Amino acid sequence: MYDGAKIITGLAVFGAMVTLPAWYGWAGGSHGDAPELAPPAHGEHCVESVEFMRSSHMQLLNQWRDQAIRRGSRSYRSSSGETYKISLTGTCLDCHQAKAEFCDRCHNYMGVQPTCWNCHVEPTGVKP
Amino acid sequence: MNKSRRDFLKKAGMTLLGASGARFVILGIADAEHLPDSGGSGVRRRWAIAIDTEKCASQGDCTACIDACNAEHNIPRIDNPEEEIKWIWKERAKAVFPHQLGNDSPRTLRDREIPVLCNHCENPPCVRVCPTQATWKRDDGIVMMDQHRCIGCRYCIVGCPYGARSFNFRDPRRAIDKLRSDYPTRTRGVVEKCTLCAERLAIGAQPACVEACEATCGAMVFGDLANPDSAIGRLVRTTLTMRRKPELGTEPKVHYKL
Ligand code: SF4
Ligand code: SF4
Repeated sequence: MYDGAKIITGLAVFGAMVTLPAWYGWAGGSHGDAPELAPPAHGEHCVESVEFMRSSHMQLLNQWRDQAIRRGSRSYRSSSGETYKISLTGTCLDCHQAKAEFCDRCHNYMGVQPTCWNCHVEPTGVKP
Repeated sequence: MNKSRRDFLKKAGMTLLGASGARFVILGIADAEHLPDSGGSGVRRRWAIAIDTEKCASQGDCTACIDACNAEHNIPRIDNPEEEIKWIWKERAKAVFPHQLGNDSPRTLRDREIPVLCNHCENPPCVRVCPTQATWKRDDGIVMMDQHRCIGCRYCIVGCPYGARSFNFRDPRRAIDKLRSDYPTRTRGVVEKCTLCAERLAIGAQPACVEACEATCGAMVFGDLANPDSAIGRLVRTTLTMRRKPELGTEPKVHYKL
């Protein structure tokens, strides 16, 4: 192989450069400028644990959607045994009132565009 | 050669059997998951509305029921009749009952403007044609819409013989006078219609139109037809009421007293 050493060095440098952000994050123990979400002013705790909500709120919301609309049952029993009314605007947004401060910041950071807000209305009633 | 063909056929047969078995199992689970709502109470209901058109007409141009519905459900006001969104609206009796009222019928009857809405048919053709089950009949008879599932194919609009469904040709939110946040709007590209206020029934309230009508002349009665002692059960059993296009066999649950 001609110039084998150069090619391999080049590849190694390329690989290091491409994965640099990941190394940087690991070394610094941070996720770049991941948003720090402030807990809402009122309400003691969320319907489920913070960790669960962080990783699985989308599945929970889908479950709520199907339960309320398809099965017409609008109350949710959480894993701690409490009962909540199934309602995005009535229950979730009752505490998390500022969508821009709460939902949007994480979604923007993750680069996801959930379609919830095409129809569901945020409490302030802002027109798009 | 012969042997391997036999083997092949055997295996193919087994695979087919296995596949159909699996399908059966999967469908069984899916069915259990999509049990329609029974209203939670376990009581079998048949929600219905009866409208006394004479009482209604006595109020002249009253639009209390329509206004209440529009406000309740974030219904946009679009004046172009080709794109407008309607859940409940008024129509000439002659157009509502084209086979029952003819040119020789009393003029006061023919020209009466009467409220029309989705009939929540017992045999809803809209449900039969919907490819995604975005519209379906609940156990309590409500023909419900799941806006999350609607793909906007508009088969249901063609299927409904009463023109009870509207399609969102454009983003409806811009055309809503007063946006309320506790009820969703719809988005461009879905079909919508009256849901008999399923969200209000869930908290024990009457449909918004009926409540508004009660506050004016009380021409609308809402209730459970499965219960013969309910006000509507008694009314329908003791008075001659009409339903729209009965010859189609859709069995509407909106009754009219002309
Ligand atoms: S009136 Fe039309 S939309 Fe309503 S249930 Fe009957 S067919 Fe479906
Ligand atoms: S437009 Fe929506 S509700 Fe109507 S048939 Fe198509 S998917 Fe079903």
